[in-house]
Order: sequence, then structure tokens, then C-alpha cells
Amino acid sequence: MQQEVVLAMLAKEPSHGYQLRARLQLALGPLGDAMNAGQIYVTLARLEKAGLVECERAAGLADRPDRKMYALTAAGQQRVAGWLTEVSWPKPDLAEFHLKLIAAAAAGLADPISIVDAQRRELLRRLRDAQRAAMAEPDRSAAGLLLEGIVLRLQADLRWLEACERNWTGRRDPS
Amino acid sequence: MNKSGDADHDGSTCVLRARGLRKEYGKAAGLVRAVDGVSLDVDAGQALAVMGPSGCGKSTLLHLLGGLDRPTDGELYLAGQRIDQMGERALARLRRDAIGFVFQAFHLMDELTAVENVELPALLAGRSARAARQRASGLLEQVGLADRASFLPSALSGGQRQRVAVARALANDPLVVLADEPTGNLDSQATLEVLRLFDSLHEAGQTLVVVTHDSRIAATADRLISMRDGAFVDETRLNGGTTGHLGALAGLEG
Repeated sequence: MQQEVVLAMLAKEPSHGYQLRARLQLALGPLGDAMNAGQIYVTLARLEKAGLVECERAAGLADRPDRKMYALTAAGQQRVAGWLTEVSWPKPDLAEFHLKLIAAAAAGLADPISIVDAQRRELLRRLRDAQRAAMAEPDRSAAGLLLEGIVLRLQADLRWLEACERNWTGRRDPS
Repeated sequence: MNKSGDADHDGSTCVLRARGLRKEYGKAAGLVRAVDGVSLDVDAGQALAVMGPSGCGKSTLLHLLGGLDRPTDGELYLAGQRIDQMGERALARLRRDAIGFVFQAFHLMDELTAVENVELPALLAGRSARAARQRASGLLEQVGLADRASFLPSALSGGQRQRVAVARALANDPLVVLADEPTGNLDSQATLEVLRLFDSLHEAGQTLVVVTHDSRIAATADRLISMRDGAFVDETRLNGGTTGHLGALAGLEG
């Protein structure tokens, strides 16, 4: 699990680890089943060590990770804000982008539509590069076939962004 | 958005200018705003794409820009001349002489050969048969179909038919070529042919406006405007440098 995803899930409000896990499972559906509880706590411990997260323990209770309440530090908030606006493709990580939109909407940190817009602008620039290269190839060239594959993939990504935009238009939080 | 043309008040390089363009259909509860307050400046030599899902109003917008349909409200200028209130006959003449249209379904005359289709607008504009034929032959050569001049449309492939249609759109040296989903009926290879043709027109300085839901053709424009529910919602500038990510996209690095 990417650290920023866990961080972003905390952006809405300080939470227990199991609450974060529930939020991720809601967002990922069957894809979240593989995620075990330990993973979240390992990530949270790392984030705490890095100064991005701070935690509070309820007084008088045993020192167990599931009793702790986690919150973002100022540095953690900064990291989330940066992650939300950064464009992460060409390695298309659909789940990461999906969670980004959900976290942005839930925490009210950024408008999901403007994240989609930024992503689309970047993908279109890459599509332009691939399309230009494809147009410069002679018919039936081997490289042209590879470029066609890149173009088709980018088109598929752009169509998914259209679906993202439809979904997030006029709503804030999916839950 | 759409502030790009505000600096140039004299309109010297602005071929097409729209201000607050609106097109409504129906009344009261059934009122549909197909185009809902669009402002736009297209500079000479610019290739502009308007992209959006079907029903977003992009075809209606293109019809308004080309004077095929009248706006409910707003102003429209072609090369500085206001055209939205122009009389029907003057507007028809303007469409024929100054605007080239390319449609998804080609709209070629089935009983005319390729060269006869291409020369038709020039003949209608009053040019001599010889001049019109000469121009048409040159255009067919430009689109790579000189050897198909005497073919009927039915004997041409989809990509070839669309290239004939593009040649016809250029017959009267239009100020702007307006294309509505020009690759909509074409397979991948034919799309590439048409994209190459549009690219060569753009290189030659032709002003182009394309409305499409095909991101391939949209990505070859200088500017790409995203349209939703009759309005412009985002713009991507595509005339900058490359992203340098092609290798990574192919899985070769990173």
C-alpha cells in the first residue's frame, strides 16, 4: 500500500487504523480484500517515524496500535496536498488515481474534477506525442504498430477519465 | 477561459470569434440549451479541437460557427465581419466562399466522380469550368488521390472518400475549415490517412476547427477544448514541447 494513500485517507479527520482500513475497503470493493490489517499499521508506523503522522493513545488503555488515534502533522498535510496535484502516469496506477479522487473529495482538499482535468491534459499531451510519431511512420511499419498500441492504451485511459468526470460531477463524497 | 483573444481587440489575426453564443431548443420545462454561452477566438493558422461526449453540443456549436444554423443569442464574427445577423442569401454565399465543411458521412454526390465533386463548389462560386477543374485536380493531388480523379465515390474506400471531401472543402480557399467528426466512420488506418492530411493542411497554414469525440484527431490540434452540457469546461494547449514519456509508455524504461 502506497504511503500517500494511507496519508490521504487521514486527511478528512483523525482516525483509528481500522477506520482507515474500512474507508479503503469501501473505496476498493473486492479489490480491497487482499489488503490485511497489518499492512495499514506497518505503513502508519513508518509514517509516524517520518514525522508525517502523529498519534494519540487513549489514557489508561493498553499500548496496542488499534487503540491509537492517528492524525496528520503539518508535514503530512503538505505531502498529501502535493500528492493530490501530482500527475503520476505514464505508469498508470488506476487504484492510486481512484483513491486520490476519493481522498480529495472526502477531505475537501481539492476538487476531484480539477484533478481529472490535470490528468487529462497530461494524457492528451502524451497522446499527441504518440500520434505525431505514428503519423510520421510509413504505412505498415513495425514501429507504427507499436505506436498504435500506445495510442489505443492512452485512448482507453482517456475514456476512463471521462467516466471519472461523470461520476464526480456534482458530488463530493462517495460514501 | 477564452481570454486568449481579449488582448487582440482589432481582430486582425482572429479568423473566427464567438461571444456568448447560445442555442436553445424547446420552451419552458422542455427547454434545452444545446450551446450555453460559448466564447471563442480562433486565430489564423490555428488548429482547434472541441471534444466532448455525444450530446454535449459540439455539433450544434460547429453548425453555429459555420452559419448553418442561427444562434438564439450571442455574436459571431468571421474575419472581423459580424455574420450571425446576416441575411440568408449573403450568409449562403459566405458559407460557399469562405468556409469549408467536412462531415462524418462525407456527403459526396454519389453520381459525380471524385474530381467533379471537388470542383463543384468552385463552379457554384462562378469560376470557369477550366479553372475549377484545374483547381480540383491540384487538390486531389494534394490529398494523394490524383489517380482516383475519375472514380465514383462508391469505388473509393472510406478514408479516400473523406480525403475527397476534404479536397472539396478546400475548393474555394476557405478562411476556415470546419470538420464535424471527420474520422467517425473510419477504421484505424483510414483515420491515420485523414490525420496526416489535416496535419499537412495545418502545416500549410490552414485554419481548422474540428469537433470530435476521437481523442486521436483532437490530440493533433494546437488547442483542445473540452465541452460539457453546452459549455467549455477546460482547455489543453498542445503546441508545446514533447513530454518525453513515449519510451516509458511503451514499457521500455522507468
